[in-house]
Amino acid sequence: MTTPRLYKTEAIVLRQRKLGEADRILTLHTPAYGKLDAKAKGVRKTTSRMSGHLQPLSRCMVQLARGRSGLDVIAGCETLESFQALREDLDRLSRALYAAELADRFLAERVESMATYRLLLDTLRRLQDGNADTALRYYEMRLLEQSGFRPELERCLGCEQALQPEANYFAPVAGGTYCPSCGAGAAGSRTLSLNALKVLRLLQRASYNEAGRVTVPPALAQEVERHLRSYIVCMLERDVNAAAFIERLRREQQPLEV
Amino acid sequence: MNEHGSAAPAPVARLIEEFHKLPGVGPKSAQRLTYYLLRMPAAEARALAEAILDVKERITFCSVCQNVTDGNPCRICASDRRDRSIVCVVEEPLDILALERSGSYQGLYHVLHGAISPMDGIGPEDLKIQELLARLRSGEVAEVILATNPNLEGEATAMYLTRLLRPLGLKVTRLARGLPVGGDLEYADDVTLTRAMEGRQEVQG
Repeated sequence: MTTPRLYKTEAIVLRQRKLGEADRILTLHTPAYGKLDAKAKGVRKTTSRMSGHLQPLSRCMVQLARGRSGLDVIAGCETLESFQALREDLDRLSRALYAAELADRFLAERVESMATYRLLLDTLRRLQDGNADTALRYYEMRLLEQSGFRPELERCLGCEQALQPEANYFAPVAGGTYCPSCGAGAAGSRTLSLNALKVLRLLQRASYNEAGRVTVPPALAQEVERHLRSYIVCMLERDVNAAAFIERLRREQQPLEV
Repeated sequence: MNEHGSAAPAPVARLIEEFHKLPGVGPKSAQRLTYYLLRMPAAEARALAEAILDVKERITFCSVCQNVTDGNPCRICASDRRDRSIVCVVEEPLDILALERSGSYQGLYHVLHGAISPMDGIGPEDLKIQELLARLRSGEVAEVILATNPNLEGEATAMYLTRLLRPLGLKVTRLARGLPVGGDLEYADDVTLTRAMEGRQEVQG
């Protein structure tokens, strides 16, 4: 045995599902072991000493015991950061859940992922007290990069020429941008405005602080969100569930509908 | 032939399969239950089978509170002893059983049949929220108690409902959160302790 029977690690709880009478299976994101599932026994009882420490989105220190079936059991845990302010605001909470869902979908099990751990942690902190949408777009772009799905934003995927400062095309299936002449007929391509291209490039190149300093008007922010979302859905080959809830909240916040 | 009872006669194997579908029943438990039933008197086995059919055929959802019931409206909604000005919103029918056991509540209920869980794709449209709003528009209700679970999904549901209910001008309350009876202070998490501290009450007497 290379790893001890009991080991300790920091973790962010990505999601949970019920198991049996009072147990849960938690999906944890750890820096050294990547994503892993662990069983938390008895956490659905009110007297559980652990349940309060293992809520989704919490950062905690967990002690894990190697299970025989490959599923480790949580032997102990303590909250390091509960992100309480995030939980008390439905708009921020829905975005944090979206971020957690993306991490869950993009990460491989039991593969070291220090960088994505750091990114998710930073993002949860930014979602808590920064501009939630900027934080989320930055997270999406960085996560794509770290998972090996960096979109091409400099050159045309058809003629390989550098893009000109004009309206171009974005084709998720192909993995990035097309110039106007190559992109018109390309599969799944959509018009990409020059400003949206600039914002996407900024997200790809700049630090979070630099990206956060740029004010993006709502219509442009929506265009950028749409392009990134369609790219992610295309890479994952499935919808991101939490996105629907964010959309719904946004719709219902419109002053017309009360 | 199947994975659970290839050596067993077909009807036995079939029953094992059926038991195996139940939550919390693994292959071994399914076999044990099946062989227990085999040795059971025929009358008892028949009573069990009839009880299962009865539940499926006679139980429906109450048109008022959405709880499971054998009559419509359910016994709680039809009772004239309950306070009709308060509605307690819960996630599951089992939550009503727990609250009724405590005997501390005399108002009416509303069952959502779930909680908002964005990551699992369970949104407001999957819950009995429209039914709740329709009920509240009648004007009979003065207070809504949000008694969803104090976990992430329950809190998200409570926040979402608060948004919807605020414009209706009702009193909206949330069950208190704090230390469980029989728990240990030293093991409590920060959020629970903060809540318990915020909700502390003056000792009477």
